[in-house]
Amino acid sequence: MSQHSRFKITRRALMIVGAASAASLGLPRLATAGRDGESPTSAPAADDKAATAEVAFTVNGVPRRFTADTRLTLLDALREQLQLTGTKKGCDHGQCGACTVMVNGRRVNACLSLAVMHEGDEITTVEGLGTPDNLDPMQAAFIEHDGYQCGYCTPGQICSAKATLEEIRAGVPSHVTADLNAPMKVTPEEIRERMSGNICRCGAYANILDAVQDVAGGQS
Amino acid sequence: MRAFTYERAETPQQAAMAAASTDHARFIAGGTNLLDLMKIEVETPAHLVDVNGLGLDTIENTDDGGLRVGALVRNTDLAADPRVRRDYGVLSRALVAGASGQLRNKATTGGNLLQRTRCPYFYDTNMPCNKRRPGTGCAALEGFSRQLAIIGGSEHCIATHPSDMAVAMRLLDAEVETVLPNGNTRAIPIADFHRLPGDTPQIDSALIPGEFITAVTLPRPLGGKHFYHKVRDRASYAFALVSVAAVIQPDGGGRVALGGVAPKPWRREDADAALPRGAKAVMARLLDGAEPTHENRFKVNLAERTLAAVLAEAKE
Ligand SMILES: Cc1cc2nc3c(=O)[nH]c(=O)nc-3n(C[C@H](O)[C@H](O)[C@H](O)COP(=O)(O)OP(=O)(O)OC[C@H]3O[C@@H](n4cnc5c(N)ncnc54)[C@H](O)[C@@H]3O)c2cc1C
Ligand code: SF4
Ligand code: FES
Ligand code: FES
Repeated sequence: MSQHSRFKITRRALMIVGAASAASLGLPRLATAGRDGESPTSAPAADDKAATAEVAFTVNGVPRRFTADTRLTLLDALREQLQLTGTKKGCDHGQCGACTVMVNGRRVNACLSLAVMHEGDEITTVEGLGTPDNLDPMQAAFIEHDGYQCGYCTPGQICSAKATLEEIRAGVPSHVTADLNAPMKVTPEEIRERMSGNICRCGAYANILDAVQDVAGGQS
Repeated sequence: MRAFTYERAETPQQAAMAAASTDHARFIAGGTNLLDLMKIEVETPAHLVDVNGLGLDTIENTDDGGLRVGALVRNTDLAADPRVRRDYGVLSRALVAGASGQLRNKATTGGNLLQRTRCPYFYDTNMPCNKRRPGTGCAALEGFSRQLAIIGGSEHCIATHPSDMAVAMRLLDAEVETVLPNGNTRAIPIADFHRLPGDTPQIDSALIPGEFITAVTLPRPLGGKHFYHKVRDRASYAFALVSVAAVIQPDGGGRVALGGVAPKPWRREDADAALPRGAKAVMARLLDGAEPTHENRFKVNLAERTLAAVLAEAKE
């Protein structure tokens, strides 16, 4: 079998997984019944009926508390429950990075986390980084360098880019770090590798790299 | 996703008891593998025991000069620990060769060891798969097996274990420390931790129901030069076709383990002994008995050439 047709099959297999997940997502309905707010244990899920639990965390500095289906992901909590639609859903399976947010200062994929697991956490989304008239330097750099086309991946890219620079500063190694024990440097190669969890289907990578380098240069 | 109840465990033993005494319970740590599989209903737990509040997130020195890595230490933090970077470079390298920065921030040491196979048919609930549904058959044997095992499989399953970290831990002879639902503890050598499929491919590890990993211990450092070479379809953010973990000493001796070729990290101590004689001699033992499919036969050559590249680099 040729390399070409194999690639097609792989893509098809991926599509099947995608379709199955979209169908099964027929989303968990949010329960609204008031429950004991402090209980760390959810109400029962007898016969596949939704179980609910209390969720309490801070988003962009604002404390939030609500009752949710235990299946609610952090991503759906942000978008559907809290109407913070800056964070995007691409694959819903940890593969694209569109849902990247900061939890207690670290970037994570919000699609692979349950809302109930974030009790007490401080979450920052792209809305919390800056506002149109008070942009974060990374947001400003993405605009200046045209680091997007459709913009769908951009909130995740921006969160990831900020974390990338922080991780290099904190001495977290990457796959392309030549010497694990020497101080880490911000190089184009390092930025590309560390941003590989954020896919851009418009292919704005070159300009994204320019934007991140620009911010890194300004910081050093 | 199926509905499930949720609780937060307070102690490791309580976590083990809760998981053992509730039907269809699962621990959830980073959730990066479990939730992925729950969304497509390959995993359908009725109850989740959240273990993130247990601590177990520190890396401590042991009395015999090694390290004890808590089960909840995140992959990023393990890779970045100065002691790991200095003394266990192969582990740091293996960790950062896996997944993405975001995923490594959540993925835990215990969860990484227990991540499930990436066999495409395991993910496709329309297809037969003995690992997902015992007794239904194995779609991969007659299907697309390019990514799958060349050694250690059985007529029931030829899935590979996808973890990069586990390959380095096998190379280092790590031990997995656990607590059982009755409160007893045990230490499982990493060589015995992952299972070969035989006729029960649905069982991936030596853990019994409810058994909870508390830590992984690394013996004292080996010295030498450390390598983790991962060959994959993309330069980043893809699972291994073949990976080679190696520690090479100045005299040319050392250790080697392979990822991407078998249902578990693949190492044979008698193959290590052939290292001074080169990659071909090592592979003659390490891959003795390999039964590749027509689609993954290339992995035999790829493994040998990847080790040859490592040995050449070790001489530099
Ligand atoms: C897009 C993508 C790409 C990836 N690429 C790679 C890659 O290249 N290389 C690689 O190695 N990995 C890769 N991964 C897998 C990733 O490393 C795993 O998902 C992660 O390590 C799992 O850890 P976790 O803590 O999130 O586990 P969870 O999802 O929380 O748990 C996994 C399993 O382990 C069990 N478990 C967790 N902790 C314990 C414990 N302490 N005791 C007993 N049982 C426990 C859970 O019950 C569950 O069954 C990738 C994942 C994704 C989504
Ligand atoms: S190789 Fe294993 S996991 Fe893959 S289809 Fe066969 S039984 Fe399932
Ligand atoms: S939506 Fe979370 S990684 Fe794609
Ligand atoms: S700008 Fe369109 S996906 Fe990146």
